[in-house]
Amino acid sequence: MKIIACIKQVPDSEAKVRAEGGQVTWGDAPLVINPFDEYAVEGALQQKEAHGGTVTALCIGPESAKEALKHALAMGADEAVLVSGSALNEIDSVGAARVLAAAIQKIGGADMVVFGRQTLDNGSGLTTAQTARVLGWPLLGLAGQIKVQDGSVTIERVIEEGRVTVSAKMPVVLSVVQSIGEPRYPSFMGIRKASKANIPVWSLADLGMSAPAPVVKRIELMNPPVNETKIEMITGETPEEIAKTLVDKIIAEKVL
Amino acid sequence: MKTFVYVDHFKGEIQPASWEAIGLGKTLGSVSAVVFGSSVDAVAKAAFEYGADEVFVADDPALEDFRAEPYASTLSALASAQTPDLILFPISARTRELAAMSAVDLNTGVLTDIFALEVVDGALVATRPIYEGKVLEKAVCSAKPVMASIRPRFFPKPPRDANRSGTPIKVEVKGEALTTVEGYSASESAVNLGDAPVIVSGGRGVSNNPSLVPPAGMDEKQAEIWRAQQGFALLGELAAVLGGAVGASRAAVDGGYIPYSHQVGQTGKVVTPDLYIACGISGAIQHLVGMRNSKVVVAINKDPDAPIFTQARYGVVGDLFQIVPALTAEFKKRLGK
Ligand SMILES: Cc1cc2nc3c(=O)[nH]c(=O)nc-3n(C[C@H](O)[C@H](O)[C@H](O)COP(=O)(O)OP(=O)(O)OC[C@H]3O[C@@H](n4cnc5c(N)ncnc54)[C@H](O)[C@@H]3O)c2cc1C
Ligand SMILES: Nc1ncnc2c1ncn2[C@@H]1O[C@H](COP(=O)(O)O)[C@@H](O)[C@H]1O
Repeated sequence: MKIIACIKQVPDSEAKVRAEGGQVTWGDAPLVINPFDEYAVEGALQQKEAHGGTVTALCIGPESAKEALKHALAMGADEAVLVSGSALNEIDSVGAARVLAAAIQKIGGADMVVFGRQTLDNGSGLTTAQTARVLGWPLLGLAGQIKVQDGSVTIERVIEEGRVTVSAKMPVVLSVVQSIGEPRYPSFMGIRKASKANIPVWSLADLGMSAPAPVVKRIELMNPPVNETKIEMITGETPEEIAKTLVDKIIAEKVL
Repeated sequence: MKTFVYVDHFKGEIQPASWEAIGLGKTLGSVSAVVFGSSVDAVAKAAFEYGADEVFVADDPALEDFRAEPYASTLSALASAQTPDLILFPISARTRELAAMSAVDLNTGVLTDIFALEVVDGALVATRPIYEGKVLEKAVCSAKPVMASIRPRFFPKPPRDANRSGTPIKVEVKGEALTTVEGYSASESAVNLGDAPVIVSGGRGVSNNPSLVPPAGMDEKQAEIWRAQQGFALLGELAAVLGGAVGASRAAVDGGYIPYSHQVGQTGKVVTPDLYIACGISGAIQHLVGMRNSKVVVAINKDPDAPIFTQARYGVVGDLFQIVPALTAEFKKRLGK
């Protein structure tokens, strides 16, 4: 089975991200594979283990994003491809979907393309469905479990209301959620292999396309209003006394 | 301005933020509600009552289950014919996929998770969180229709007027389904954290009541889960008195104490209730990004140095197994329940 996992590189979730001079900054915090996309790689590797085949990690990003691809290789992916170019810095999610779809075709197609639930930076959660739409492939979104049988993929789709069992014929586009299982740690051998890997870098020209013009554009960046509220510690001799004081305070807030 | 509002429902259960979207659309001009599904007369009727000027309905057995492909094709065809300036969606797993695909069809874009929308020099400018809400951006969509999904509980819900009514306009189903829905099982405890005005959340600390004696024959892990369930039952009682829902940290979900649908935070839900009570939650950044825009935060934790206290309006250093039942009793008394 031919599997592609789409991953992005983002600032670590512990990073102190700020808007400064019209730019987003995160100090010296490291850039890492988007945490949701680690689940995508995990889901892809599980299917490879169950059915054989290969996993290719695919990323649009700057040269430095090779580190995120190396993480996927260290986890066990067989190959990695980076799509890079300055024209790609400003693309929106539809643009990313068109580029990913072209790259997936150039890789030679796939039986299954696995995405994360959303990116931490832009966080739109749109790219998966949009890539499926551009490819014309079925979308199996928010999979907590994946089963492949006789050319069909069946997932347990995890939504607020419960779990929906959905199936489709391959090739399919999938996104996965946390219940797929914790991403494995890179193995020692994996890390060695990844450090030596030669990751091809494709340009838009290699994909035979021009830069997609962004429709969604940022016009201003802001830091959220600082939380001015000072904490008030509630104390008392007994839990009942504490509860009484706290309930007084909460009722006075008029939020109930 | 002509606004479409997609009314999102699951088996007839309507996302209340759909009405908030109608309210938002009305501040900008006319509102046409869009209702898809099978046997959805009641949904269309409610859309009129919440203020829709007209209601487009695709009522067809083929739309019984949400499937992104035919839903998107139907919406795209309708929008191409009717040329709205704006299409609003209440955020949900379904609308994320629907809006995403329609944007491809219509050569436009989607502004997701917005919590403010203003008209500046004739252009719609949305405010939305990026980097998990650590930074905010104002963004525009330069093509028409502008598509945007709204966060629940940020825009006022219009009053319901049972005297408003109208005749829905029929819409034909377009596009082919590429997936088959084979079954559905409701979550053990359905929650809609996004719409809850009060959330009482529990973390790993909820399993930490050594004085509880688990039934005989349990191994250590089973005993931990059993203890945690006793703890979450206490939180549930407090939530019930306050008309709220129960949330959880990821440690509680990973520990098997409570289903994933309750998780608040980066990999769970982002919530903005009026009152958030965190019990036995340390306050890791991935949890804080999910709840820090709550109006009033109360933290109950044994550890005075727990980072959750940096986000809280009120804090109690103490044992949640003592404080939570006392709070429940006091609220019962004071709220006359
Ligand atoms: C990529 C990524 C994504 C993540 N996403 C999320 C997410 O969406 N949501 C989330 O919550 N976390 C998330 N996490 C995990 C997060 O980093 C923390 O591990 C988690 O939030 C800790 O949960 P906790 O506060 O319940 O547990 P702990 O950190 O173990 O804290 C337990 C707290 O309970 C207190 N306590 C113990 N006993 C009692 C008692 N009897 N009474 C009162 N207090 C008591 C302790 O003092 C302690 O502060 C994520 C992590 C990563 C790496
Ligand atoms: N630049 C990118 N390169 C590769 N995959 C991406 C990229 N951006 C987004 N994706 C994939 O699309 C998913 C949804 O992203 P988003 O729509 O930005 O929230 C991510 O979890 C990734 O799997």
